[in-house]
Formats: sequence, C-alpha cells, structure tokens
Amino acid sequence: MYAQLVETGVKRIKDLSEMSEQERAFQEKIDSEIKIEAKNWMPDAYRQTLIRQISQHAHSEIVGMLPEGNWVTRAPSLKRKLQLMAKIQDEAGHGLYLYSAMETLGADRDEEIDKLHSGKAKYSSIFNYPTLNWADMGAVGWLVDGAAIVNQVVLQRTSYGPYSRAMIRICKEESFHQRQGYEILLTMMRHGTQAQKDMVQDAINRLWWPSLMMFGPSDEHSPNSAQSMAWKIKRQSNDELRQRFIDQTIPQLELLGCTCPDPDLKWNAERGHYDFGEIQWDEFYEVLKGNGPCNQERVATRRKAIEDGAWVREAAVAHARKKQNKNAA
Amino acid sequence: MNNKTDLIEYLLRLGDSALIQGQRLCQWCGKAPALEEELALMNVGLDLVGQARNWLDYAAELLDDGRDADDLAFRRDERAYRNLLLVEQPNGDYAVTILKQFLYDAWHLPVLQGLSQSSDERIAGIAAKAVKEVTYHLRRSGEWVERLGDGTEQSHKRMLAAIPEVWRFTVELIAADDSEQRLCEAGVTPGIASVAAQWQAKVNDIFASATLPVPAAPSYFYLNARKGLHTEHLGILLAEMQFLPRAYPDATW
Repeated sequence: MYAQLVETGVKRIKDLSEMSEQERAFQEKIDSEIKIEAKNWMPDAYRQTLIRQISQHAHSEIVGMLPEGNWVTRAPSLKRKLQLMAKIQDEAGHGLYLYSAMETLGADRDEEIDKLHSGKAKYSSIFNYPTLNWADMGAVGWLVDGAAIVNQVVLQRTSYGPYSRAMIRICKEESFHQRQGYEILLTMMRHGTQAQKDMVQDAINRLWWPSLMMFGPSDEHSPNSAQSMAWKIKRQSNDELRQRFIDQTIPQLELLGCTCPDPDLKWNAERGHYDFGEIQWDEFYEVLKGNGPCNQERVATRRKAIEDGAWVREAAVAHARKKQNKNAA
Repeated sequence: MNNKTDLIEYLLRLGDSALIQGQRLCQWCGKAPALEEELALMNVGLDLVGQARNWLDYAAELLDDGRDADDLAFRRDERAYRNLLLVEQPNGDYAVTILKQFLYDAWHLPVLQGLSQSSDERIAGIAAKAVKEVTYHLRRSGEWVERLGDGTEQSHKRMLAAIPEVWRFTVELIAADDSEQRLCEAGVTPGIASVAAQWQAKVNDIFASATLPVPAAPSYFYLNARKGLHTEHLGILLAEMQFLPRAYPDATW
C-alpha cells in the first residue's frame, strides 16, 4: 500500500439517523456504489482524508523513484537499463496522475509537496529502505509493486471517481513492472552464478518484512480504517490485503527456489491461508516517524531537487509571460 | 581500411554517443527541477539507450567476434569508446544539461535524417525510427534553451556561463575524419558539410530567440573522441556504468 495510516479525523462513525440531509444523501450515494465526483457535495472530513491519502500515494510514487534511481546508472545490461528507465518514467507519470486527482479536491500540489519536504506529509515506509544490490531492483518490482497492486486493484473501486480512474490506469502499468521485477529474479536464480543467487536471497531477506508493512498497521490498530471503509475510500482491511498478498506471493517465492525470512510461516489448511510471524511494529512506527534507514536522505534529495530547480521553474514562468505579452501586443 | 571497418567505427560513434548521453540523463533521476522534467529526462534517455542498443547490435554483428551489444557497452574501456566529447561532460546545473542536450539534438536530427536515406538498409531503418524520437528531443531542448536564455536575469546568466563550458566540444559536430568521409562518398552517411550547416542554422535560430550570443566556431584541439581520446570524465562514468558486468563476468542478468 502506498498510503499508510491516513488520518480521517473522525472519532466515531455516525449512523444515518445522526446525519444532516446532505450527509445522508452523500452516504446513500456511497452505499449504492455511485462514484463521488469533484463537483459533488462531500463531507469536509471525506475531502481532507482523500487529500491526505492521494497526496501520500503521489509522494510515494515520487520518493519511490529514488531507490531505483540508485541503480539505473549501474543496471547490468542494456535491456535491464531500458526496463528500469521505463519504470521510473512510469512512476513519475503516476505521480502526475495522482497529484491531478488530488487537485480535483481543491488541494494545491505545491503546498502538499511542501508538506512532504517539511516532514509533515508521509509517503510509503518502504522507500526508506536502501537498495543494496542489483537483485533489489527485482525484489522491489516483485514484492513492492506486488504489494502496491494488491492494494490498488481494490482501490480501482474506491468511492471517489478521479482516484478510482487514476488507479485503473496505474494498475495496468504496475502489473507490467511486477512481472519484469520477478523476471529479473527468476533470471538470476535460474541462469545466474552462486553470487547472484545469494544476492536474490539477500534482497528478499531485507525487503520481505518491509513489504508486508506496506499494508499498514494491523486492523486492531487502525483507528481510521472504519471510517475510510464506511466511505468506501478503502474497500478492504489492511490485514485482509496483507493476507492476500502473502498467499499469492509464497508460491512465487517457492518457484524462485528462495526461502522466506519468517520461521513462523506455514500453510494452514484449516484457514486456507498461510500463517505468518509477527511484524516488527516498533520498526514500522519508527520508519513512519522518520527514523528509518533512508528517511533523511530521501526527503533531503527531494527537497534539494525542488530548491535547486527553483530558478528553472521561475525562468519557465517568466518566459511564458514574455511570450504571452508578445502575442497580445 | 575497408568499408566494413569504417562502418563499424561509425556505428560505435553513433551508439556510444546515444548511450553516454542516456547515462548522463539517468544521473538526473529524482533530482530534476520539476516532476514533468523527471518524466521528460527519463523519456529522452530511454529513447537514446534504445537507439544505442540498435546501433551496437548492428556493430556487434559486423564485428562477428563473439561480442554482443552488452559486451560492447559494458566491457570496453574508455580508450575504445567513440562517443562525442560533448555528451560525456558532467551534467552541471540545468543550464549545462539543457545546452548539452540541445547541441547534441541539433546535430543528431540532421544526421539521422541523412541516415534514413542511407544506402545501407539496416541503418536507414534504425535511423527512420530514431528520427521520430529525436525530432521530439530537439523540440523540447530547443524550447528549454529559449526559456532559460530568455527567462529571468538569473537563468540568462546561467546559460551564458554554460556556453563556454561545452562549446569547444562542438568542434566534433562540424568536422569529419577520413573514415566518415569514405562512408559519405559511398552513400552510407549524410554529407558532413550539410549536417554542419543544418546544425549551425538551428543553433543560430534558437540562440537568437533565446537572446544568447553564438560563439565563433571552435577550433581543433588535442582531444578527439573518434580516436578514443576523451576527457577525464568518461573513465569515471564508465566505472559506474560497467561495475556489475565487470565484477561478475560470468553472470547472466
């Protein structure tokens, strides 16, 4: 999930009898699966929650370019370099879609990006982990994009129309990235040397748990989930999505011939699901708070890009104004 | 020297320039002045690395010594690289990056247009596809030269400062060696004089609307990428780019 821990600011969900007429009409629309569009009335808390969630999602796409940008200059073949460049380009595009979707809610892109740079706005915890070997590019594609897809497939049915439509477009490209990521790992495991196989297992060992954390806190510690579900911004709970991800990913892990860094992982025939070990929630909350391995570097890189580029953006504005004046004269 | 040797040499020049320019663009990842530029830089870089692969594939086939395009890209040292000196220059600030891109694009497009008429069908095919991409690259970089040159006082100053940093390397864009001359006479490559004239006309045109002075034509100097005599920047760039295939020579990626 690219948006974790989105505050709704709502302590208790109202039932229909407690709502104003406007609120009730809104909730009934949601309940009958009619998409909310930009010009429709919506509760302020719904609007603010969506702004937080979509901006967090957009920020994740942008910060998510950095762990891959770390290896794009070192990709080991022309084919892999091209794939990675195409993927990074797609991510920038996803960021643009999402900022546009967010702006339909009346938010301002630059203001929200400022919040990212000042540490007020979050992005997915996963991008605070370093990419330490080439297999990380495969593991990020397979596990991280895989986790994002599980979440985003559901978000295609989210109640806010512009967000839902952005997800439909984004999912098509993400699935492609995920398959490419898996293929990177498969190639290294099937045709690679022992050193390469070790890289793959090492990447999985480091990224497995952080990928599971992408789905956010467990349901019992997700105070905002109930309202998000009632508004149908979220369609399924964190734990349900996490379970789905694990169930579909373990067979892929086995096909690779790799192991899972979770001694408690085992198939539970009764549940029809994999049981898995306890997530290190302390680590999760520390990373979200800004104390992860790369939080400082990631935010500093983004802040510097925007600060160093200020003169370029100012020049573009000044030039556009000059051209406009010339055309008007 | 026969036609085949000349041809291989020429394909390496085209491929290496596109690859190194693409590699420089990769270094901007996550650091561009706007999100739209992240997208554009990666887009242009992707086109160029794709073109590089096409040229190097063909070069490898003609070489027929067991090496493929990846071997040519990742296992040749700097003395064997044939890219233009212009494209190996560091990215600098956005003014330097944009100016390098523009000067390269303004040369690249007429070269590819010429090559799309090549007597060598394979070259004509690759070039015809690349022309579409580079038409876009040139439009974009030309517009940015205008924006920055004729933007704010600061952006104008930065463009003025960028010009002497890269201008001397344009000598390679407007001169040819004997090998290229022979290919040209054989109808494989476009006339050097014609490419140089088109390049100069485009530079004059864009610099004028960008309110930038066009410097005098650069003169000969010692370095010459056609002979593998590079600036000190290429070795470091290759060390980074080639690290994995060099460190794991038996690996399959």
